[in-house]
Amino acid sequence: MIYLTLFLTFLKIGAVSFGGGYGMISLIRETVLENAWLSEEDFLNFIAVAESTPGPLAVNMATFIGSSQAGFLGALIATVGVVLPSFIIILIIAALITNLLKYAGVKSVLSGIRPTIVGLILATALTMFVTQIFGFTSVGDELSFDWKSLLIFLVIAAISVLWQVFKKKQFSPILLILISGGLGIVVNVI
Amino acid sequence: MQRAKTCLKLFLVMLKIGLFTFGGGYAMISLLENELITKRGWVENDEFLNMVAIAESTPGPVAINAATYVGYKLAGFWGALAATVAVCIPSFVIIFLISLFFDAFLSLKYVAYAFDGIQVCVIFLILNAGVKMLFKLERTVWNVLVLVAVIACMVTLSVLSITFSSVWYILITAGLALVLYLFTYFRAKGKGKEVKK
Repeated sequence: MIYLTLFLTFLKIGAVSFGGGYGMISLIRETVLENAWLSEEDFLNFIAVAESTPGPLAVNMATFIGSSQAGFLGALIATVGVVLPSFIIILIIAALITNLLKYAGVKSVLSGIRPTIVGLILATALTMFVTQIFGFTSVGDELSFDWKSLLIFLVIAAISVLWQVFKKKQFSPILLILISGGLGIVVNVI
Repeated sequence: MQRAKTCLKLFLVMLKIGLFTFGGGYAMISLLENELITKRGWVENDEFLNMVAIAESTPGPVAINAATYVGYKLAGFWGALAATVAVCIPSFVIIFLISLFFDAFLSLKYVAYAFDGIQVCVIFLILNAGVKMLFKLERTVWNVLVLVAVIACMVTLSVLSITFSSVWYILITAGLALVLYLFTYFRAKGKGKEVKK
């Protein structure tokens, strides 16, 4: 039953997504690829949409996948699923244990998983990079070098890093997405 | 009656915040600060900082966590519910509408070309988010070891196409961190007693 699967899957994502923003990117990617809900390309396309629209990535993702798999009701169920764990946990904390973070044990567990979250994000980005540029996902795949993607990556990275160094500010991700879209058209038309 | 009024106000404020939270939860923090402290004086500054710390360190999107917490503090359970539903509504509606037309949109030739480039950009954005968090990470033995181990395991398993959920990495390191904490806690306690003798 698709509704139950959607609900439970997003409940799980909601319950373990620490680190905000891209913290749950590895888990969402695994989930959508395993269930064949989205291809790797669709997944990347959708992150761009989620990044350029308001709202948390997890909620956007739940709504989008729910809708694509099971219409409006699917979107609603997946969204409720992803929000429910936070809602319950925060309710308990706000009502009962406001000073939860003052316990040393809680603190050391929370700071203990921080490197894991960073590792998950970096490893996911690395895997996606190699797949996109070299067409290599797992042992046995033939390499196919995609110079267009590499070129766009380098231009985007240069803009972002130079902006950070000289302006001391983050370059707007939405603007970066627009530029990369323009570059995508240019390299494909040439 | 008073409570219903507060719930309605909360609902409207959170609806607005949900509509303007581009770029994830951290962008929302400054919006929240402006609405809750500066404009309305609903929350004290200390309480706000405590709330942000809780929202960031518990699972789930920061925006949702913050909305639930503020809602509960101002108007109990119904306040929490009103605030949480409200902060989700804008993204739900927008994404639902997009999901209806997205495939048709992507089948346009130039749009598909543009998204070829955008896919690369998204990989960069994820990498960038990871690198930024990496720079903020303290250079302790634990952090370096865990980071290297997680990346090595994940890349190796992915190359061998073995599925191993990210959930396990989080649960295993959380367990190890707890064991390590208890170990040092009891050892320190034991030593303290010896000194007293």
